[in-house]
Amino acid sequence: MKRFIGFIKKEYYHIFRDKRSLFILFGMPIAQIMLFGFAITNEINNVDIAILDHSKDADTKEIINKVSASKYFSINQIIEKESDIEAIFKKGKVKAVLNFEKDFSKNLIKERKATIQIITDATDPNTANTISNYVNAILAQYQKELNKDVTVAYQIIPRTRMVYNPELKSVYMFVPGVMTIILMLVSAMMTSISITREKELGTMEILLVSPLKPIQVIVGKVFPYIFLSIINAVVIVILSIFIFKMPVQGSLFLLALESILFIISALALGILISTISATQQTAMMISLMGLMLPVILLSGFIFPISSMPLPLQLISNIIPAKWFIIIIKGIMLKGVGFQFIWKETLILMGMTVFFIGLSVKKYKIRLE
Amino acid sequence: MSITVSNISKSYKTVKALQDISFTVKEGELFGLIGPDGAGKTTLFRILTTLLIADEGTATVTGFEVVSEYKKIRNSVGYMPGKFSLYQDLTVEENLEFFATIFGTTIEENYGLIKDIYVQIAPFKDRRAGKLSGGMKQKLALCCALIHKPKVLFLDEPTTGVDPVSRKEFWEMLKRLQQKGITILVSTPYMDEAALCDRIALIQDGKILEIDTPNAIVKHYTKQIYNVRANNVYQLITSLNTYEHSHSVYPFGEYVHYTDKRADFNPEDLLLYLESKKLSDIEIEKTQTTIEDTFMELAK
Repeated sequence: MKRFIGFIKKEYYHIFRDKRSLFILFGMPIAQIMLFGFAITNEINNVDIAILDHSKDADTKEIINKVSASKYFSINQIIEKESDIEAIFKKGKVKAVLNFEKDFSKNLIKERKATIQIITDATDPNTANTISNYVNAILAQYQKELNKDVTVAYQIIPRTRMVYNPELKSVYMFVPGVMTIILMLVSAMMTSISITREKELGTMEILLVSPLKPIQVIVGKVFPYIFLSIINAVVIVILSIFIFKMPVQGSLFLLALESILFIISALALGILISTISATQQTAMMISLMGLMLPVILLSGFIFPISSMPLPLQLISNIIPAKWFIIIIKGIMLKGVGFQFIWKETLILMGMTVFFIGLSVKKYKIRLE
Repeated sequence: MSITVSNISKSYKTVKALQDISFTVKEGELFGLIGPDGAGKTTLFRILTTLLIADEGTATVTGFEVVSEYKKIRNSVGYMPGKFSLYQDLTVEENLEFFATIFGTTIEENYGLIKDIYVQIAPFKDRRAGKLSGGMKQKLALCCALIHKPKVLFLDEPTTGVDPVSRKEFWEMLKRLQQKGITILVSTPYMDEAALCDRIALIQDGKILEIDTPNAIVKHYTKQIYNVRANNVYQLITSLNTYEHSHSVYPFGEYVHYTDKRADFNPEDLLLYLESKKLSDIEIEKTQTTIEDTFMELAK
């Protein structure tokens, strides 16, 4: 135990004396979450939209005025028939079409409700979602004005339709995604680099010719990173709650446990990488190319898995990050309990055990 | 026997690093492996410190077999690799403390053993190891290798890249450690250091040329060596090499060491020959055989 503590003490000296790794450890998470946060939730400005007005009456004109007066939208085109919608989207400039039903004002007065269809181009799901939210807000405002001094409320019913990606699968995805990336980066890359550094500097030779068991060396190396990764996870959650107002619906305790599980599986991957690479540079390249890219591209973080070709969908199953994203998305966004994510947890656990087993088996008790 | 090596061979892809090496080191002996870079010294060290497995042959250290009982060996030896292998971002004291801890001991417990060496680096104990000079680094590395009171000490080229004064000090320390009963296996490319060992093995291209005490090895060399000097060293060497009776020629400091094939060699003949080659300021005199001469002869 004393040996173990001595080892960890040494690891902390390494981490806190190396400005580069300190920056990666603590600067990166904050920078990334800010970057992704602001890039994705950024307000939209002057988005081109088209109008299809079947009634052309006082109310529709008023709504159109309000929409074009806002700084968010500029009206690019007025179209006359439904069949133009497809063509206009295909051109790509117009991101949304407002389609007013026939006899909009008449319906509003007679039946106290009227319908407007908001059709958005959801190839970029985040923009599509933001557009529809903004239009809804303008409509709600107008409705409120109408209802100021009437007894029976007028209702404008917006019907939102997303074309090209109807399910719109990436709302608030960035926080779980960034958290996954950061934990992967810190855990896998940093451990693999710190183990290969010992090889590169020759200190591994001395550690091997000492009574330390391989397991003591490995655990001693990864332990500080478990701790630091947990701190990072906490920082990310705090940032997303307080800066991006992202609600965390589910249990924080469950979130913490699942995060620790993922951290351990990433650490095991890091150890595995360190056993196959001789230099820090190789370890870093393998971590970046072999772990980061799949995490970003195939985990469902940026590109929805359901819209990938089948072979990639199958490959995505072997990426631990995919399962972790499903889990924390469930906990953070949907507020689900363990009974809904036990399957994913089990898969992640299985992968972790497999990676640990493999890296212990591959860990060399000798040189080469 | 503290170390026994029998018929060890080891190859890397195409290079034969060690070929059929055998020797023994007695308890408390200061044994030197003398040979140029690439002779296989480091490979041999790594096999004995259980870091590599030999292709053929067996070896024991403190009675334990290097492959099957590697864990026991790792508990009882001190190893100082050729490359400086301490943590550069840790201070002198932190390094020492770390190595004491992982061997399950404390600095205080074995301070007596390292005291002589440690007092020399103690003024720099708060300095990062990476910022030490070459000699200081080696002293620290020796302290770290000694902190757990090993029975056998493996030192792979401990004085390479160290200034002559520190080298001398370093060897004095080894002598003192030897008196404390520690078996020491040390390798060096410097022939002058060989004379300080109890016994030496001359090694080249993975083969042992000779094993004996430094004195005996020198005595094996029967030819008389001459120091030759002239105004132009390069021309002197080429002239000597083309001399029909020349046996061996190689530069040695400011002189060229020359041996002749003939038993009844007369330096006057050589003088005349060299003068005919338009060399001037020629000096030819007898000199003592050194280990380097022996090595060059054996390595021919």
